[in-house]
Amino acid sequence: MEEVKKKLETLGEDVLKDIENNKNPDVDIPVRSLSNVIYDDKSKQLTLGDKVSKRFLFNVAHAKPFMQTMLVAALCKELQEQKIHTSLRDLFYALKRTLPDSDENTFDEQSESDPIIVDLEVMLDVLREQLHLNADVRGRVVGNVVIKDRGDTIDWSKLGSGGWAIPSNVEEVTFKSVDADYILVMEKNAAFERLHEDRFWQKQNCILVTTQGQAARGPRRLIQKLSTDYKLPVYVFTDADSYGWYIYSVIKYGSISLAHISERLGCPTAKFIGLTISDIDEFKLQGFTIKAKEVDIKRANEMLKYDWFKHPAWQKELKLMIERKVKAELEALSGRGLKFMTEVYLPTKIKKKEFLP
Amino acid sequence: MILMPDEKDVVGKTAQELAKEQREISVSEFFEKNRHLLGYDNLTRALLTVVKELVDNSLDAAEESRVLPRVWIEIKPNGSDKFRVMVKDNGPGMVDKQIPLALGKLLYGSKFFRLRQSRGQQGVGGSGAILYSQLTTGKATNIISSTGDGKTSYYELMIDVKKNEPEIISHRIIEDGKLWHGLKIEIEVEGRYIESKQSIPEYIKQVAICNPFADIVFDGPNGRMEFPRGANELPPLPKEIMPHPHGVELGIFRRMLKATKARTIASFLTNDFSRIGTGTAKEVCKMAGIDPKISPKRVEIADSEKIFKALQKAKLMRPPLDCLSPLGEDLLIKGLKKEFNAEFYSAITRPPEVYRGNPFQVECGIAYGGEISPDSQVKLLRVSNRVPLLYQEGDCAITKAVVSTDWKRYGLQQSGRSTPTGPAVILIHFSSVWVPFISESKQAIAAYPNIMKEIKLALQELGRRLQHHVSGKRRIEMQQRRREIFDRYLPEVANAVAKLTNKKPEPILNKLMSIIKKSTEVVVDGRGKEEAGNIG
Repeated sequence: MEEVKKKLETLGEDVLKDIENNKNPDVDIPVRSLSNVIYDDKSKQLTLGDKVSKRFLFNVAHAKPFMQTMLVAALCKELQEQKIHTSLRDLFYALKRTLPDSDENTFDEQSESDPIIVDLEVMLDVLREQLHLNADVRGRVVGNVVIKDRGDTIDWSKLGSGGWAIPSNVEEVTFKSVDADYILVMEKNAAFERLHEDRFWQKQNCILVTTQGQAARGPRRLIQKLSTDYKLPVYVFTDADSYGWYIYSVIKYGSISLAHISERLGCPTAKFIGLTISDIDEFKLQGFTIKAKEVDIKRANEMLKYDWFKHPAWQKELKLMIERKVKAELEALSGRGLKFMTEVYLPTKIKKKEFLP
Repeated sequence: MILMPDEKDVVGKTAQELAKEQREISVSEFFEKNRHLLGYDNLTRALLTVVKELVDNSLDAAEESRVLPRVWIEIKPNGSDKFRVMVKDNGPGMVDKQIPLALGKLLYGSKFFRLRQSRGQQGVGGSGAILYSQLTTGKATNIISSTGDGKTSYYELMIDVKKNEPEIISHRIIEDGKLWHGLKIEIEVEGRYIESKQSIPEYIKQVAICNPFADIVFDGPNGRMEFPRGANELPPLPKEIMPHPHGVELGIFRRMLKATKARTIASFLTNDFSRIGTGTAKEVCKMAGIDPKISPKRVEIADSEKIFKALQKAKLMRPPLDCLSPLGEDLLIKGLKKEFNAEFYSAITRPPEVYRGNPFQVECGIAYGGEISPDSQVKLLRVSNRVPLLYQEGDCAITKAVVSTDWKRYGLQQSGRSTPTGPAVILIHFSSVWVPFISESKQAIAAYPNIMKEIKLALQELGRRLQHHVSGKRRIEMQQRRREIFDRYLPEVANAVAKLTNKKPEPILNKLMSIIKKSTEVVVDGRGKEEAGNIG
């Protein structure tokens, strides 16, 4: 952790040097947008290119973000020195205040401080967790697994109906025993609860993970650790629409906005189990589909162009969706009977190894 | 119809019979039938024209006698669509015998062949108003005048339309011993009174702006408006000049031949025109093949054309330019300041120029910012020989020059070729011994290339000054804003950097402050927009 502190100090010293030399102080921030994201087909990962934008103090448009960057950096250094952690929301409130003799705030919304934290991560090449910042807690897990976290031993098979809530920082979690054939990751909490109640993990000998929407860092890191350490296949289960499929791609390859840490979060071996638009025909779900909205179609059209969706199978699904203007949620399977998902759909798919890459 | 010789029977009347039916139509009669030509085409405009003609005459008279003008205008409703208009001035007044001629006869010759910059130019103003009055109300006009000799003349006047002669209804001279000079005209006319654009109050306000040396009081149907004097000096009295041959048309040239007192063609050319010496006169006659010694009265029609053509070909100096009397930059600014509360004023008077042998001069003034509305179109004040022009805006050379100027580069908004938008008033004054109006109602100046060029040059110079002002103002505002921003953020930055580097914040802040004080030029331009990603 001394290393992170050192990096923060070096950032300050570089700025100070500029000031002492009467120069306009600046910091270099790698650009985090699609234009600077590279898809590496070999490693199956999204990585950041080398485009850098400069942020100056004496520039009307940059001055405020420059000040905000320094404020966040200084607070992170304090966290290091005092060896305490805080959440993104707490950091925002710790720094938010009105500037003297004005009605302007250092930060107005958390949406201003969050990107500054990512800036720091990218600039210093450190993880948010290493900066002692915790993201929101989201995602749960069940299965025949025993772990140790902050000294406590936890058995994921004995946590009742809720399962284990995955913390934002799983770096210090260690595995005592893992007994599973694969990991099933799903976007939706409702599907997780259905499978848990049907004891699907027991019958199929697998680990169930719900990301509860877009996958947060904790679940992603956890899935990556389990799959690499125990060579477990990962199957992802989402709605049949552009958003669900993008959640899958984030778990597998990483995201555009966090392309700098794909290596630590990506799970290149993950496979897509469903739903697909083709499933609608195959499993006779025609009566349970939803008309796709314009934003869904727009998103699908964007994704058609992403390098990591260039596989013919994915191009086919995206085009089918655009063509038919239709989408299907996991709940569509319940249309065929409440146990259709656990007793027919998933076992069939896994048995036939019907996965999308 | 083409008449063949054998169709005699078909033609009802012989030429002789037709000639008997023809008679001369007097100017007054012509006016009666074509009153729209002189600005009496509708009730609203007619009332404005009456006021305008009387006020123009008052200002001309006062200025000519070098008196700072004071004009009192009163308009009282008198029945439906009828008004009693009174205009009183402190001018020199009129000699008793002159009154019926000057006001009761159209085209009375005082301004016939002389050229001098004045408001009226055709000699139909005052008498036109009287004629309009008798046409619409049948009433005589009251005229009261004194020249300061202790006697006051009282006239009730009408016009004999067929003869174009004054018809005196009553006339008295009273030796009252009052030592005043001036003229008071009371006139009753049909009209309609409004107070919006193209109205009498607007006209009087503009008169006050372009005659800042005049003191004007207006008692209108809705109360009194006062326009106090904003300057105590009159512009110099313009000199009279003889017409320049290149500015004369053939018809006028022939009339001049008939009217001249010169005994020979040569002396006619040298005396009745400017810029012709004896040498040139001889040369012109030689070119035309005319004996320079014959009397102008005996020149045949064909020969007059030959002389005229020779004159147009002759190389002549341009007319003398000291006959013009522009307001000058100082008076222009005083006029604008008087009526508009702005933050920036500027004016420019161009050197005199010549169009078709007639000297003219353009000047422009601008008032910008302050209390002038920033959201509406720029207010355009078109003025010719100190008379505001309210009608036919689109046909006027001034408007054409304004819309064809690129105002965007001078800090005003403008969409295509239109009047610009912004907090500005622009006054354009056109002075000339002969203003080329496009019609007799004298509301729009013809767009001769020379005139357009001069107006545009003046507007561009004014535009550059405006732009300088606006950008200077913006620069100062920007710098202040920057200073504010930096002053606010620098203590924060200094504290944070101090924490990161384990140093004291004060020296860092001092250093930052000294950088910003040294130069605000450290500031890189504000274009650099950063990418802000979302947190995952």
